[in-house]
Amino acid sequence: MGERYLLRGNEVIAEAAIRAGCQCYFAYPITPQGELVEHMARHMPRLGRTFIQAESEVAAISMVYGAAAAGVRTMTSSSSPGISLKQEGISYIAGSNLPAVIVNVVRGGPGLGNIAPSQCDYFQAVKGGGHGDYHMIVLGPSTVPEAGELTMLAFELADRYRTPVMILADGLLGQMMEPVELPESLELSKLPQKPWAATGAKGRDPNIILSFDLSPENLKRMNLELQAKYAEIRKNEVRWEEMDTADADIVVVAYGSIARIAKTVIRMARAEGIRLGLFRPITLWPYPYEPLRDLADRVHTILTVEMSAGQMWEDVRLAVAERAASPFYGEMGGVVPTPNGILSEVKKYAR
Amino acid sequence: MPVDTARMTKVFSRPQSLTEAHFTYCPGCHHGLITRIIGQTIDELGIAERTIGIAPVGCAVFAYLWYRCDALQVAHGRASAVATGLKRARPDRIVFSYQGDGDFASIGTAESIHAANRGENITVIFVNNQIYGMTGGEMAPTTLVSQRTTTTPEGRDPATTGYPIRFSELLAQLDAPVYITRQALYDTRRIMDCTKAIKKAFQNQVDGKGYSLVEILSTCPTNWHMSPLQANEHVATTVTKVFPLGDLVNKGA
Repeated sequence: MGERYLLRGNEVIAEAAIRAGCQCYFAYPITPQGELVEHMARHMPRLGRTFIQAESEVAAISMVYGAAAAGVRTMTSSSSPGISLKQEGISYIAGSNLPAVIVNVVRGGPGLGNIAPSQCDYFQAVKGGGHGDYHMIVLGPSTVPEAGELTMLAFELADRYRTPVMILADGLLGQMMEPVELPESLELSKLPQKPWAATGAKGRDPNIILSFDLSPENLKRMNLELQAKYAEIRKNEVRWEEMDTADADIVVVAYGSIARIAKTVIRMARAEGIRLGLFRPITLWPYPYEPLRDLADRVHTILTVEMSAGQMWEDVRLAVAERAASPFYGEMGGVVPTPNGILSEVKKYAR
Repeated sequence: MPVDTARMTKVFSRPQSLTEAHFTYCPGCHHGLITRIIGQTIDELGIAERTIGIAPVGCAVFAYLWYRCDALQVAHGRASAVATGLKRARPDRIVFSYQGDGDFASIGTAESIHAANRGENITVIFVNNQIYGMTGGEMAPTTLVSQRTTTTPEGRDPATTGYPIRFSELLAQLDAPVYITRQALYDTRRIMDCTKAIKKAFQNQVDGKGYSLVEILSTCPTNWHMSPLQANEHVATTVTKVFPLGDLVNKGA
């Protein structure tokens, strides 16, 4: 840790990726993550690293596949419509056990939607937007500094598990500026060795990278290995934050920018004598079901607040399983819930 | 009469860069020839230990089994983009993609054009047999006018399906590529020419010259409903009229 900078979320993600040792970055411009692409265009070439403005999102994620197969740290970024186009490549990356980082600075949808902040891509991110039985690790940063920390973590987890990792941000986080201490740069020579990579079969048998097997028995085995990896990730990597839950009667569940707004709501509610707490998933996959279930035994209401029609709400209800009331409040289309709006929802359930 | 093997000299053998795995191609198909020529080229250039091959979706989907080098099997049409990522990550390795007409000239149109336009220092082998062999003989972007396929049962009608696309000519309009050539394999002379072209396309990459593409007019006796000899004849007399052989770009020749 060192100097403090005033940076946008998009720039912090880009700079953290560089400091995490990202050697190849490929993307197609889209709002509201343009600053991320532009930061990489400015800085990657002067470090002797690869920046390509790809002809499409499909091409960008395919270039990521190639660079990941070659054993270097690699990333792409986009926003909702572009992430839809990347789903083919993400499925192949997952099926081929390749490490890669994908950033989605989510905007309003469906279709072209708009360029305002949203959380409407939650299902696509955590349930597997592409074809096949796969998962990505999905990290949901809530502040600009955390966006940097989780970007560093994303590369580490991608390499450790040889899996795609998504940073699920939103337009608010991407555009917002905050003071941030940037992480120290990692030394490329000290990054994990990748003996499985396609680097030329010198003094060893060929390495073959694929997601393909015509034999149902073999493909079943490949799938079982993937599922075993996902079980490992579920066991080791669940992350969440709790605030004021110890004495809470009501808990708001929120992630990303909304969790940050919810922290304000907790202070407002407590000033009025409502014992409100916050449960903030940091890993959206694997989802923190168990700690949320434990919490549901201690409170009467768990209110989910999201910028969507209630996508994460499904995971909350899976966790709560009727141990507590689990209502929902959401906004769509780029409308951001205000602290007062959330507080008045909370008051409906205060006893 | 007993054969005295001790007195025999071996004059022809499988290239070192090919594995012992059997090809999955139909009898009479030219894919096997092309695979062999690539193996021979890798041997001659001595680059097996630093070559990475990219297998497409289509009849060559198993290409990763046949070369004794590192290999990837990638999404349909994306081989040139994957090759871009791989080559940029490891500029000192030799990267080639092997792509059919559906892969390279239809679903991968954007990836193919832009890899060429960036002048990626890669070698692309583009196999044009005017049909979708693996999926059962459907129309390709290169299917000839009037040619019957399972999706043009009355013959390809330009009024509704357009004309065979001369993709190499399209790419030859770009400034970056250093070598674009169309070759065939229907007789010995063409096999020798094609072998030289493939070697040049790899040598260019070894020399750091840039993007090289060898389009090869191949046969599909199975889906053309021809014997292998008829298929060779068809390439020589008919296909080459639509897809003329020869170099389209040859910089620094």
